[in-house]
Amino acid sequence: MISVRNLSVSFAKTQVLHDVSFEVAKGESFALVGESGSGKSTILKALAGQLKSWQGDLDIMDAPQGAGSKRDLARKVQMVFQDPYGSLHPRRTIDDTLGEPLAIHGIPDRDRRVLDMLDAVGLSRRFRFRLPHQLSGGQRQRVAIARALMLDPPVLLLDEPTSALDVSVQAEILNLLKALREEKGLTFLLVTHDLPVVSFLCDRLAILRAGRIEETTDVADLRSGQLSSAYGQELFRRSVDG
Amino acid sequence: MSLLSVKNLRVTFPSDHGPVEVVRGLSFDLGRERLGIVGESGSGKSMTGRAIMGLIATPGQVTADVLTFDGVDLRDLPETALRKLRGARMSMILQDPKFSLNPVIRIGPQIEEAMAVHGALTKRQRRARMLDALTAVRIDDPARVARLYPHEVSGGMGQRVMIAMMVVMEPALMIADEPTSALDVSVRGQVLDILDDLVKRRGMGLMLISHDLNMVSRWCDRILVMFQGAIVEEISAGQLYKAQHPYTRGLVASLPRIDESRDRLPVLDRTAL
Ligand SMILES: Nc1ncnc2c1ncn2[C@@H]1O[C@H](COP(=O)(O)OP(=O)(O)O)[C@@H](O)[C@H]1O
Ligand SMILES: Nc1ncnc2c1ncn2[C@@H]1O[C@H](COP(=O)(O)OP(=O)(O)O)[C@@H](O)[C@H]1O
Ligand SMILES: [Mg+2]
Ligand SMILES: [Mg+2]
Repeated sequence: MISVRNLSVSFAKTQVLHDVSFEVAKGESFALVGESGSGKSTILKALAGQLKSWQGDLDIMDAPQGAGSKRDLARKVQMVFQDPYGSLHPRRTIDDTLGEPLAIHGIPDRDRRVLDMLDAVGLSRRFRFRLPHQLSGGQRQRVAIARALMLDPPVLLLDEPTSALDVSVQAEILNLLKALREEKGLTFLLVTHDLPVVSFLCDRLAILRAGRIEETTDVADLRSGQLSSAYGQELFRRSVDG
Repeated sequence: MSLLSVKNLRVTFPSDHGPVEVVRGLSFDLGRERLGIVGESGSGKSMTGRAIMGLIATPGQVTADVLTFDGVDLRDLPETALRKLRGARMSMILQDPKFSLNPVIRIGPQIEEAMAVHGALTKRQRRARMLDALTAVRIDDPARVARLYPHEVSGGMGQRVMIAMMVVMEPALMIADEPTSALDVSVRGQVLDILDDLVKRRGMGLMLISHDLNMVSRWCDRILVMFQGAIVEEISAGQLYKAQHPYTRGLVASLPRIDESRDRLPVLDRTAL
């Protein structure tokens, strides 16, 4: 579904990704784990077509990234960010936000689709004409997920989607993401620094350090504390001991 | 005698529907120890810290039956006296260091200025101590960072600069509001070590405000759990999993674990609280 081979990225003279390679199968949930600055978001941006230049091979759904138009890409992959407040337009109602991708792509049945999506992400229909600041952090993140799903993309790129939320709200959003993935057969590429979140939501993970992948493994190895790289073990220890 | 004594602390703001109490009758004592304050956002943690420091601005109102720091009654203390205390003996690290660092003064001189509370030092002594403090918070190139303005450093670096400032001030009481939230776990451990050193070696009293239940319960001597402006439970170090109150238990249950096997995470039932 997603194939990343020898991805390298530099900003100005600094190389921030070094020959990063991994594959994500259809329907799989794959995590990119690492500390801040390790290059996680940059990988997602490359896949989402948001980087001007990079080297390597990126395929999404068996087609090279960059081959089709931006519009084609939007129907294949959508991104959800950490800060729903920053990613939603402050003066657009939820209805505007969810309707916009439909309008751009000429998709009919707008009202029904917007209402169905509100139901799907567990947002009451009475929020439909509210503005982002009239919602709680968790509700805003539901809107961001809803927006990402309006075009029915098979792939979601999730960049720290619950890092800014309280733990009980995080639990709600993690449950929602898990349920949506099961229902729609979605493929997830999740960026996080939180190992327990990976354990809950993902099948496999890659551990990133300073722009290089240290190891790629099954989430079972994470759960049992059997990560093979020294750095992976260090992250595991810190997660357990604080 | 405890360092800080608080009885029936209340913080109220006016609203369209009459006054709203955001801190509702808090009582606790703090010694030369690490006290954690946890709770979800909006539970009143920051308002509690600010009220103790005398930093609630109008129209907010603070009342308490007792609010005593090291024998000094903080209620109705003139603003000048309060400011003097804040500059020297009690200090607060804010969630966002951008609000507590002066944006137009370079980092080095700003830390040197904070030392003034301890009397006269030569220019050279001040500079040496400033560089030591930046090194103590694991800033690798202190001389370079000292020349930067606060907006030129990342959030995590700004947080460490704030802590360096506290290290030179050696306050008797520190209220740290989410001091490690912007930091990676690797740096977080180092910062906690510094705070620990201030408590253990210099006998500081620390109130550590955080939403991170696990971290606080592992690291603090005891924690107070806040919900809707009130303390619902006190828990001693490492006993989080023995929590009794349904709110605390709900929060603990909703955290994913590293060996997670649950298909769905339990969600806090707020209507039952
Ligand atoms: N647009 C940019 N210009 C320059 N440097 C950047 C840019 N975006 C990211 N970087 C740098 O690339 C590195 C990786 O960043 P990022 O992918 O955001 O890390 P992560 O998401 O793991 O925290 C960091 O050192 C960051 O400062
Ligand atoms: N200036 C203000 N006026 C009225 N209410 C406020 C003001 N600032 C904060 N609050 C309210 O006080 C409550 C407690 O806030 P706070 O102490 O910041 O919570 P925490 O730090 O636990 O997240 C919140 O419900 C918040 O909405
Ligand atoms: Mg990132
Ligand atoms: Mg707060």
